[in-house]
Amino acid sequence: MDLAFFGVQLLNGLQYGLLLFLIASGLTLIFGIMGIINLAHGAMYMIGAYLVYDLTQRLGNFWLAILIAIPIAILLGLIIERLFLDTLYKRDHLYQVLLTFGLILVLNEAQRIIWGGDVHSVSVPAPFDASLPLTDNLQYSVYRLFVMGVCLALAGVIYWVIRHTRLGIIIRAGAVDRDMVEGLGIDVRTLFTLIFSVGVALTAFAGMIAAPLTSIAPGMGDSILITCFVVVVIGGIGSIKGAFWGAILIGMAETFGSVLIPSLASMVIYLIMAAVLLVKPRGLFA
Amino acid sequence: MNNAFKKTTLASLASACVLSSGLASAQEDPVKLGLMLPYSGTYTALGEAITNGLTLAIEQNGGRLGGREVEYVRLDSEADPSKAPQNMSRLVRGDDVDVVIGPVHSGVAMGMLRVAKQTGAITIIPNAGLGAATNQLCMPNVFRTSFSMWQNSYPMGKVAYGRGHRDVVAITWDYAGGKEDVAGFEEAFTEMGGNLVETIYVPFPSTEFQSYLTQIASLEPDAVYTFFAGGGGVSFVRDYAAAGLMENIPLLGSGFLTEGNIKALDGAGEGVLTTMHYAETLDSDANRAFVSAYQAAHGEAPDTYAVQGYDTGAMLVQALDEVSGNTEDQAALIEALAGVELQSPRGPMRFSASHHPIQNVYLREIRDGEHQVLDVAVEQLEVPDDACRM
Repeated sequence: MDLAFFGVQLLNGLQYGLLLFLIASGLTLIFGIMGIINLAHGAMYMIGAYLVYDLTQRLGNFWLAILIAIPIAILLGLIIERLFLDTLYKRDHLYQVLLTFGLILVLNEAQRIIWGGDVHSVSVPAPFDASLPLTDNLQYSVYRLFVMGVCLALAGVIYWVIRHTRLGIIIRAGAVDRDMVEGLGIDVRTLFTLIFSVGVALTAFAGMIAAPLTSIAPGMGDSILITCFVVVVIGGIGSIKGAFWGAILIGMAETFGSVLIPSLASMVIYLIMAAVLLVKPRGLFA
Repeated sequence: MNNAFKKTTLASLASACVLSSGLASAQEDPVKLGLMLPYSGTYTALGEAITNGLTLAIEQNGGRLGGREVEYVRLDSEADPSKAPQNMSRLVRGDDVDVVIGPVHSGVAMGMLRVAKQTGAITIIPNAGLGAATNQLCMPNVFRTSFSMWQNSYPMGKVAYGRGHRDVVAITWDYAGGKEDVAGFEEAFTEMGGNLVETIYVPFPSTEFQSYLTQIASLEPDAVYTFFAGGGGVSFVRDYAAAGLMENIPLLGSGFLTEGNIKALDGAGEGVLTTMHYAETLDSDANRAFVSAYQAAHGEAPDTYAVQGYDTGAMLVQALDEVSGNTEDQAALIEALAGVELQSPRGPMRFSASHHPIQNVYLREIRDGEHQVLDVAVEQLEVPDDACRM
């Protein structure tokens, strides 16, 4: 691999990692603060992609579709939290896992009923539907650069909220000791509703902006879910900073692993997870 | 419908009536066809297209097979391999069907064929392309009316070399279907003197292709051969085009890369070459007649799966006429099925000793959002099926 292609692979790894971060950030928030293993997180990613596909078809404008799809995603999170999760907080973790697993089945089937089993796609929207030459025979989609920018900006916003706002202090405290936060008179129920809705919206938003880069097909969220759990575990449960660096690490590992050691490509991320857990059993930043 | 077709249909109908009139009353019962196809889940559209094609062919024969009424027993295979043996047993032992038609999915085929071996049930596979079905697992009572992975990819090896490509990179998913497909391409391409520089295996079912595309660009091959299907096919072709590779490195594939995906490709597939046993634009009387009949009956354009179902029906029509509707004598029915020759919408088609179709494979290019047939890549290609000794 010469230097130019090495550089391109770095870019590929970074872009994939940043998108992973966006999906994993919601997962780690929900997991860390609410203690809920949201298995339906991947399905939410899929719903985001299908929503934006559907709305783009109807409205003819990708950006408008995203603007409308975001509140729908937040509402979906709100309904699921208030209607289903709320009744299970007092119960054992197993009930919550069963519920979110059931949600995968329900959401996947709903997707089939509404949108069918065909593969769909969303055109790369203007003004980003262009390519930049990287080497003499390889180009890079400008939209991919745009997605990287959006992910970085969102990472910055999330970091600022967590570090520099009152809400952020509560979230950080909640991740460390939930009972104590409740004991201090903070309305945990509202906090949970907020966290879950934002978490769902983040992953659905990732599905929306990834839609023009991927094919929209049934079950597209299932495989990404596992990778995101790996990211969350590596970074440390509940840590946004951990999710960020974990996602970049996994993005790079998948990219370079698939090219340099193809026979181990599907194992690389799990090997890294095992190695990290051996040294830091609670993850890198927990 | 053209006149010749009408005449032969009528003639065979008439002869069937004459012949069957003298048969015992046992033959008055309907012929029972067991359809073990996916009617729910990801492959629903395929199951329905096959069923539509099958019933169309039988309807065109007056809704009868060998003079007898037809009863369809539908069973949803759910494309679930773990339920396959049990479902197949239910059709064969419980419903006592005369012929089983299915499945779509190769994993389900493995389970079905186990039961077909034990019971000797006559089974016609209208899709699943795993090579073993008519090779290592071959049985006299099993037929296929579709394709094998090898049959659709081998011709592309010849085409690639013929177009002057010498160094080719292949890329596919790391699973049985992908490996069988690339093996067919590699066999033909290296036989002719081509050099397969590298075969890239992507973990199944990942659709994250950026790093592989960068690798392909750095290898600078004359062409890329690929097999992905469904969402993977769409993602790969779109990413390939977005990376600007389409202009310098032609993209070749076996038909399922783009089959049923043209709309989702959103224009990115223009210029992609594929080889397959059918194209909706085939310019023949049989295909035009089929397309308009299917459109009239089901209100949509037929696809490859519909053709495979239609040919399954046409095969049954011909074979049951041959045995005058007698399904009791299995050996005679199997012999009649093996002797079937069709003027199918896909072109002339007959069966090899391993009960696999001998058929044309076409070279197709996507132009203006359609698979245009450029040429017959290999005429009347027979799948070797070396391991099959009947």
